Amino acid sequence: MASMHVKSDTALYQPTVRGLAAGTPAVPAIELSQACVTFGSGANSVPALAQTSLRIAEGEFVALVGPSGCGKSTILRLASGLVKPTAGVVVVGGREVAAKALRIGMAFQNPTMLPWLTIERNVMLPLKIVEPYRSRYRQEKDGAFRDKAHALLAQVGLRGFAGKYPWQLSGGMLQRANLCRALIHEPRLLLLDEPFGALDQFTREELWAIMQELWLAHRPTVLLVTHDLREAGFLASRICVMSARPGRIIDDAAVGFARPRSIAMTFEPHFVALNQRLRELIVDARAAPSIEEGAR
Amino acid sequence: MKKRALRQKLWSAGLILLFFAGWEAFCLISGMSDLILPRPSQVFVTLWQRMPILWPHILQTLGTTMTGFVLGVALGVLLGAVIGVSRTAYDTVYPLLIGFSSIPKVAVVPIFVLWFGSGTVPAVLTSLSICFFPIVVNIATGLATTEPEMEDVLKALGASKFDILWNVGLPRTMPFFFASLKVAITYAFVGTVLAETVASNRGIGNVMMSASSNFNVPLVFAGLFILAGLGVALYVAFSLIEARVTGWATRKNDLIAA
Repeated sequence: MASMHVKSDTALYQPTVRGLAAGTPAVPAIELSQACVTFGSGANSVPALAQTSLRIAEGEFVALVGPSGCGKSTILRLASGLVKPTAGVVVVGGREVAAKALRIGMAFQNPTMLPWLTIERNVMLPLKIVEPYRSRYRQEKDGAFRDKAHALLAQVGLRGFAGKYPWQLSGGMLQRANLCRALIHEPRLLLLDEPFGALDQFTREELWAIMQELWLAHRPTVLLVTHDLREAGFLASRICVMSARPGRIIDDAAVGFARPRSIAMTFEPHFVALNQRLRELIVDARAAPSIEEGAR
Repeated sequence: MKKRALRQKLWSAGLILLFFAGWEAFCLISGMSDLILPRPSQVFVTLWQRMPILWPHILQTLGTTMTGFVLGVALGVLLGAVIGVSRTAYDTVYPLLIGFSSIPKVAVVPIFVLWFGSGTVPAVLTSLSICFFPIVVNIATGLATTEPEMEDVLKALGASKFDILWNVGLPRTMPFFFASLKVAITYAFVGTVLAETVASNRGIGNVMMSASSNFNVPLVFAGLFILAGLGVALYVAFSLIEARVTGWATRKNDLIAA
């Protein structure tokens, strides 16, 4: 592990081979090379992410798990271009500027639907922003674009709710609409920050199944941040475990279960074993003082 | 639901009638001189008789108020948008703004008179300066409280600052804006009347001032009633517009979700 912290010029810009665990093809959708993020400066600086290298291939479904505050969301924000690395390089879709490089869809735990728009208009919001849809929005908003939104809403079980306002829907329904909004513009990269965190167990499991279906149908690259190890095991094709703050990736393993996966599968012994292994890793990570602190 | 609303309105109207009846009765029973407190019936009679003379003053006050109000809103929206969008502008401008707003506006009228002479201009400026502050604060608050997650979603899509302002910031601000309009229009009235009492030869404020120096107390109260009537009328007008534009912010009780 200590080798990750050796700062040599040759180590920078050299992607590690960690991503190869899942049989990564040559073109990665996201590539973090020795990226680290520090918020603030001087004595008040808070290291959020220690030097981290991560490669995610086109079409992969990667889950990030780890103790809270470990920098999972920071990796997500790096990938979306909302945060720039303090050092190191982040390349998304072959370029450094994320938002322009490829279409990104995002969903958070808070569905953040705009209360003055109907569900259908909320879902269509990215079409208003992103090219090539943007220039055709005026002509198509009551035609092809609306049909697209309706089709997606039907896919997540919200048929007939397109004309309703957000306050007329339950939390689970809003989260479904949130997924639709993240997918409407056919993003090649989907960034999910605990999107199912605030839901009850059964709604959550239902949405896992829907998420899996959507992923199998559209095949975007997905980076999912979650606290729920069952969720990670059920959805992801690869799971990265992070250490306590400032975070590093301490484990990176492919999840080989056949798809489509079922909720029943999550109670089978080999799934439970995976869960237990992840759990132990995180418990250890929480207990161990981080390397930076140990050095002081 | 409808029945309850109707009963509510009847109660409100009843209370107003009761207020005037009580006032009338109090004056009759106590034998109060109408130099001190005229009976409401006297005031209404004066109002009716003097209407031809009062009418131009009403228009003057209304015109001055609306001019000051419109200018104040324009300035307030502009300043509020700048402050709400940019954190730096907020931190820079706010202290100065607080300083301005905490000056009692009566103190400013003589300065305006000094610069522009007595009449309509100082009245417009006074109502402007008194009514723009709540607009600035509300617009800025509305813009500054946009959910960070919503902004992140849009930024990740490559939305420009203007895109975010247009699609999220401004619509979000509407309920705050209209709430502040209702406050601002009453403030604008206060400003106008203030300036008219101090330095003007026209307007309801001036009428009340000269009536009181002539001890024509019923006319003073008539002016008061006119101001109350105008204030209520404008408040209602803005409430109706508000209900149409920002209905989404006042949730209905009929929840439809299963």
